[in-house]
Amino acid sequence: MVERSPFLTFLGHAIMILGVIVVAFPIYLAFVASTHTAQEIVQAPMPMLPGSNMWETYRKALVGGGYGAGSTAPVAHMMWVSLVTALVITFGKIAISLLSAFAIVYFRFPFKNFFFWAIFVTLMLPVEVRIGPTYKVVSDLGMLNTYAGLTIPLIASATATFLFRQFFMSVPDELAEAARMDGASPLRFFIDILIPLSKTSIAALFVIQFIYGWNQYLWPLLATTSEKMYPVVVGIKMMVAGGDSQNEWNVVMATALLAMLPPALVVMLMQKWFVKGLVDTEK
Amino acid sequence: MEKRVQFRAPLLPWLLIAPQVLVISVFFFWPAAQALLQSFQIEDAFGISTQWVGMENFNRLWNDASYLTSFKTTAIFSLLVAVLGIGLSLMLAIFADRVIKGAMFYKTMLIVPYAVAPAVAGVLWIFMFSPSLGVVSYGLGKLGIDWNHLLNGSHAMTLIVMAAVWKQISYNFLFFLAGLQSIPKSLIEAAAIDGAKAWRRFWTIQFPLLSPTTFFLLVINMIYAFFDTFAIVDATTHGGPGQATSILVYKVYYDGFKAMDLGGSAAQSVVLMTIVIALTVVQFQFIEKKVNY
Repeated sequence: MVERSPFLTFLGHAIMILGVIVVAFPIYLAFVASTHTAQEIVQAPMPMLPGSNMWETYRKALVGGGYGAGSTAPVAHMMWVSLVTALVITFGKIAISLLSAFAIVYFRFPFKNFFFWAIFVTLMLPVEVRIGPTYKVVSDLGMLNTYAGLTIPLIASATATFLFRQFFMSVPDELAEAARMDGASPLRFFIDILIPLSKTSIAALFVIQFIYGWNQYLWPLLATTSEKMYPVVVGIKMMVAGGDSQNEWNVVMATALLAMLPPALVVMLMQKWFVKGLVDTEK
Repeated sequence: MEKRVQFRAPLLPWLLIAPQVLVISVFFFWPAAQALLQSFQIEDAFGISTQWVGMENFNRLWNDASYLTSFKTTAIFSLLVAVLGIGLSLMLAIFADRVIKGAMFYKTMLIVPYAVAPAVAGVLWIFMFSPSLGVVSYGLGKLGIDWNHLLNGSHAMTLIVMAAVWKQISYNFLFFLAGLQSIPKSLIEAAAIDGAKAWRRFWTIQFPLLSPTTFFLLVINMIYAFFDTFAIVDATTHGGPGQATSILVYKVYYDGFKAMDLGGSAAQSVVLMTIVIALTVVQFQFIEKKVNY
């Protein structure tokens, strides 16, 4: 620090604490709500300190069967659907992008530039702008209400390919040269040298794609019609229905906390890779 | 740009690239082409016959007052989200760059909203602001503000802006922090020796050097507000009351899947695609130039 200024240091902490309070307040409130009974919450103002109904609320949320006006499906199953979806999207994207980035960077073949651009155009259009026709394709292929329908259309984007391409370009040429001189085939070079070198990028992408997959909303909303295939993010929306007093808000808030727990843990535990990946992918 | 060392194999590169090309052809190019095609067609209510109508769907859009309103709503919404989100996170990043004790704790707390799904964020915010039982609306009532986003359009807009900004602060914050930390310490020290105080150093050194990051975030935040906020709107206001928060993506979804106007919805998709492409081109152009001082 350049100069010591007790006032600025104090101001800094004050602003940071204020920021943290504003950011954390909605989550704190959700936690408090999830530890009370539905009746206690409906009385305005609701209590601001945790109550004693926590285990009961979470049990009700996880196994389902409350009396709320909206959906009362078990959250445990939704969490499972979300987990499978997020993992398939994450690993699917990483796998196909590693392969195609390898082809684009290390090979010379006809129409290479055409493919290169075809892949990168997809960066521009999020699934939100082409929902109608994509829905039709998926339903024609009979993939509604399946994991394939939930995941594959979301794998069709080039963010990961872009990151791997950037990374491969920065790998020294000497490595490939040496591998070739020693008689290694392209695939051997890929598996034994390139993939181990890409570990950090893969970890970073894992965090970003996992959160992307877990938090998808619009696509699962269209591609699933059965409660059995709702990811938790769609499921929670289905729980909120009718007037304020007809919802079991404690169960809804417990579900909200359960829904944010896995991605929040991934972000916090893998913070280093996450920050690196975020800043690198976008630049 | 190409690698000096290239492998030669007749079949292998095709096999490597095949999975991705297959996926994007089926789930990206085919649907995008369909959207383009449908935007020039009208389908009857049962989906039996389609008719070629040229530009009629688009003409209908330009003459549709509710579509133009939606355009305006989206513009206001995304501007508010971008400006507020960028301003707040810049302020947080400046101070986070300054404090030493507890910096890790603050940072970890501030990035948590990134992990929260937009739909879940929406549910958290309607819970706080629910007119009958929300804590914040109760507090506002004590202050004499009768909060009701179910009836009052500007309350509804305020609500989705707050939820969207809350969700996006983490992202902007991380980029600003990374940008601030990449500014050479020697520049700041030199300015301090010359007698520049913190306020002046920020405006004459840090802020100009952050301008590439700021511009980048401006584009990203616009794209975020245009598309990723669908879930927030759907979980909080459903585009209401009336049309007050019906942003463009919400309207595409509503017209296509609720009102079953496929041609109109496809035409809207095409307009949206054009907007994203324009934004992306602006962004790329800018990255090529790498504005620096």
